[in-house]
Amino acid sequence: MTQTSLDVERIRKDFPVLSRELPGGRPLVYLDSGNSSQKPTQVIETMREHLAMHYGNVGRAMHVLGAESTEAYESARDKIAAFVGAPSRDEVVFTKNASEALNLVAYSFGNPANADDRFRLGPGDEIVISEMEHHSNIVPWQLLAQRTGATLRWFGVTDEGRLDLSRLDDLVGERTKIISIAHQSNVLGTVNPVADVLARARQAGALVMLDASQSVPHHPVDVAALGVDFVAFTGHKMVGPSGIGVLWGRGELLDAMPPFLGGGEMIEAVWMDRSTFAPIPHKFEAGTPPIVEAIGLGAAVDYLTGIGMTAVEAHERELTAYALDALRDLPGLRLIGPDSLELRGGTLSFTLDGIHPHDVGQILDDDFGIAVRVGHHCARPLHLRFGIPATTRASFYLYNTTGEIDALVRGLHHVQKVFA
Amino acid sequence: MIGESMYQELILEHYKHPQGRGLREPYDAEVHHVNPTCGDEITLRVRVGDAGKIEDVSYDGQGCSISQAAASVLHELTTGSTVEETLSVVDEFTRLMQGRGQVEPDEDVLGDAVAFAGVAKFPARVKCALLSWMAYKDAVVRSAAR
Repeated sequence: MTQTSLDVERIRKDFPVLSRELPGGRPLVYLDSGNSSQKPTQVIETMREHLAMHYGNVGRAMHVLGAESTEAYESARDKIAAFVGAPSRDEVVFTKNASEALNLVAYSFGNPANADDRFRLGPGDEIVISEMEHHSNIVPWQLLAQRTGATLRWFGVTDEGRLDLSRLDDLVGERTKIISIAHQSNVLGTVNPVADVLARARQAGALVMLDASQSVPHHPVDVAALGVDFVAFTGHKMVGPSGIGVLWGRGELLDAMPPFLGGGEMIEAVWMDRSTFAPIPHKFEAGTPPIVEAIGLGAAVDYLTGIGMTAVEAHERELTAYALDALRDLPGLRLIGPDSLELRGGTLSFTLDGIHPHDVGQILDDDFGIAVRVGHHCARPLHLRFGIPATTRASFYLYNTTGEIDALVRGLHHVQKVFA
Repeated sequence: MIGESMYQELILEHYKHPQGRGLREPYDAEVHHVNPTCGDEITLRVRVGDAGKIEDVSYDGQGCSISQAAASVLHELTTGSTVEETLSVVDEFTRLMQGRGQVEPDEDVLGDAVAFAGVAKFPARVKCALLSWMAYKDAVVRSAAR
């Protein structure tokens, strides 16, 4: 076993599911955290306690429970703001997931209700994404291009699985209004060179959004230091519950943007023929929000902060180094993504010669209790780019061990034997 | 080991040595079916001769062992039979696959296709097994409409 500053055995005890036995007496080997992470007792108990003893609606109920719920909900916002280095808590908007955060920004563009030139979008304007994006950072921009007549363009991906910046100056120019790319690829594990893209974007006067769904759970992320305009991430991949996501945006931009969804709590005053709107962040939080989920995400952030994101990152780096070495020795295995630790996270996707990923995943699960993801991982264009229909993906988190990587390698050897 | 009941030797045999694979002429109808959840796809052609006899089922595609072996077994079971006979095999196979592992397969009707009985216990994989069979049914209907 490798030594890290992080006590994995103690951490594993915080996650009840990790000691569960699967049918047939198999232990669980959970290598699918890039899909969704497991939850520690601290998050589960915080949510249970709130539901049981403190639950009321937020921001509007004039009683003890309403006050306690509002306090817990808003203090979750404080925790998340601190966790990602947001200059102001008001810049943290709760959404239901990262997809909604991305859509919220996409719908701000080309909206006739918008008065700010930075969000005006029409024929001749350009949106830039990349070939390695998750569908949630592709489809909202395709729809935006369809609505407005703007042109969608994208960065290619190199054979090694890096963002191809060779055409940066051609792709990003004065027509570009927004660039939206992944901070870390959910398939390749690649961490993208945000600073290079941002520098060109600033020259061109374009806004920059990051899909940080795969980076915020695994690395220390400071949105102010990154210097971008918008960051989207989701709770369920960072030991928090599903149903809660976050949009961080620069306050001045969020102020300038039109509302996204209309409804209760996002207003200032309503007449029959018009409305004025609440200040941010509430302008973007129409209706009763996912209260307990937000509070659960606050507990998740407390949990991760307690361990330290630097330690989480270092642990995953060791796991990734170990896994890259182990997988390299498997005959017929083709890694899709960087083969080195440089600018890369703990997500490893690969193919096995002559064996379909669905068969790989099925046998790993049935025979060894190993949970990986198989398919195109909501990144079909990226798989088309590599000329493959699907991959098998192992993704690591703070609770994984090198022993689990050994189990994966044994499992893959067995899969190859079945199809030999 | 639950997995072993799904990956029957016969399925692996058909996967490694597919019968009748490759698109051939002549044909009366060609269809292309896709399973959007996993990207499996198949192009399938049927040639119907005199007296409603299936003269050839040819196919090409990509996918997991279950979907590819199912196409190979389909080719074996249908070629040389009448349209009517084959459609009753398709019906029985569909009934087996959608039976959640609770259906007792009719071996006389299904022949080698009974090897897929274990797949019915895995809802996520049922579509893999049915892909080529649904494509076949579609192709037969289209050939009759010509």
